[in-house]
Amino acid sequence: MAFYMIGERINGMFKDIGEAVAKFDPKPIQEWAIKQTQAGAAYLDLNVGPTAADRLKSMEWMAKIISEVSDVPIALDSTNYDAIEAGLIAIGKPGALINSCPNERAKIERVFPMAAKYGAGIVALTMDKSGIPLNADARVAHAMELVAAADEFGVPTDSLFIDPLILPCNVAQPHAPEVLEALRQIRTLCDPAPHTTLGLSNVSQNTPDRSLVNRTYVVMAICAGLDSAIIDVNDETMVEAIATADMLLNHAIYCDSYVKVFKQR
Amino acid sequence: MPVDIIKEKFTGKVQEVVLGATKEQGGTRAYTVKLGGSSTLPFLQFEGEIPNRPSIAIEIWDIKPDWSPSFDEYYADVWDDPVAWAKKAEEYGDIIYLRLRGADPELENSKSADECAKLVKKILENTGAPLIVEGPGFPDKDNEVLQAVAEAAAGENIALGVAEKDNYRSIAAAAMMGKHCIIGRSPVDINIMKQLNIMITEMGVPGDKIISDPLTGGLGYGIEYSYSIMERARWGALIGDKMMALPVICLAGPEAWRAKEPNAANEDAGPGWGDQKERGVIWEAMTAAALLQAGGDLILIRHPAAAQLIKKHLDALLVSNKY
Repeated sequence: MAFYMIGERINGMFKDIGEAVAKFDPKPIQEWAIKQTQAGAAYLDLNVGPTAADRLKSMEWMAKIISEVSDVPIALDSTNYDAIEAGLIAIGKPGALINSCPNERAKIERVFPMAAKYGAGIVALTMDKSGIPLNADARVAHAMELVAAADEFGVPTDSLFIDPLILPCNVAQPHAPEVLEALRQIRTLCDPAPHTTLGLSNVSQNTPDRSLVNRTYVVMAICAGLDSAIIDVNDETMVEAIATADMLLNHAIYCDSYVKVFKQR
Repeated sequence: MPVDIIKEKFTGKVQEVVLGATKEQGGTRAYTVKLGGSSTLPFLQFEGEIPNRPSIAIEIWDIKPDWSPSFDEYYADVWDDPVAWAKKAEEYGDIIYLRLRGADPELENSKSADECAKLVKKILENTGAPLIVEGPGFPDKDNEVLQAVAEAAAGENIALGVAEKDNYRSIAAAAMMGKHCIIGRSPVDINIMKQLNIMITEMGVPGDKIISDPLTGGLGYGIEYSYSIMERARWGALIGDKMMALPVICLAGPEAWRAKEPNAANEDAGPGWGDQKERGVIWEAMTAAALLQAGGDLILIRHPAAAQLIKKHLDALLVSNKY
């Protein structure tokens, strides 16, 4: 079982990317695409951010310029599904990721057929209109419905990346162990099992040592079955911790250069 | 209700390595041999592709070996003529595997690097099969000999062996200079196998030029341990570990014939052991058959009769079992 790192850096929320999107300046975006590819990202998250005047056009443009410099598949990150579709068309080949879709029927009906049509995976969130549940069972119930939806719309279950949604530990601490329990159960829902993912940096919002919280939690989550996460792939200590957890769980054959090999995948 | 047959889906596959070069490719070989390429476990054709049949290399030495008399029937007239021996070998297998045991520095008339290079050149001139050359097994002499061999065989895309964890740089450099393949040997240790593959790759040798030798044991002498290592390596390859995805060579012949059982004369044999002539061949063929099941892409065979048995066995194993 491999671990898929989804590089979070190409997001308009970051100042340099936000400015680049506003000015249609490819340079910072392509630089981060290359930098994250070299760090071992399995997907590059692409979020146009709040500054984009035309989300559809920006998504299309960014997908294109990223594809020019990296072969790593893109995770199209938006709540605007027309923008995601424009991105999928611009990418023009299967293997991209749609980020994301909650367990809401109207959105499922828009996103899942689109994923099947373009051969894309889906980051599926264990929440609905009433929000993010606290306990693990409710998260798993959402996951089950999402797996059923995948089956209904012809999306292979191993194209599903179920995100049980971690919240900041300084304001919603009880969620952290519940997410771990949910991760354990989601792996057993179907065969082939869906992937699981987390927007990891969320766990450490506004804590003084974010990197420490992030890498501790990611190792705990990998132990519970997590096999992908949206992370800062250039946080070397975190990537080293992930590589080590992956090796200690016997997912990768040990060799002295195991960290280096992990990053080269 | 239709039944969906569950099949294992793999994301990775074994790297393909080509041995030999024809005239169009800058060499003089009559044909090339492709190793590896599988995207499934050995012989499970219903779960993936096995584009290349496992190959048989035939072992020859540059000096008269101390082998059982049961080889005389095939080789008595060529023991002292490695070129003639090579010509026979190419009839029995796909690849000639020359072991330069005569360059052993501890021998009285140890052959020089230059003599070895000349022999390799002569063998290449007189045969058409792809060639593998193994040094005498002493690091300094190996480096010297293999460098000369690599130069003499330029363009022929031979394989040079063997590189080990503590002695791989010069051999990798020689292989790269002559655009040859390299065999990396690890001592029945999966972690060193992976690390050595990484180190050779980091020297700049491309993945499609490296063959892995996990130093497999012979039947009755640790073969099950070799089996589990090879199985795990193949599994790693199939789930996407590129450093485990190099084709594997197994020295079935030399390992099998190291044991007492294939060699013991009839009067020294245990009860029910049977005739030595047949026993030795079967001992080697059984070793090879097990190593093929473990994922061997290239099997080194010593006895021509064992090669015949393995060919027949491979024919049967490669009848399509797709459904």
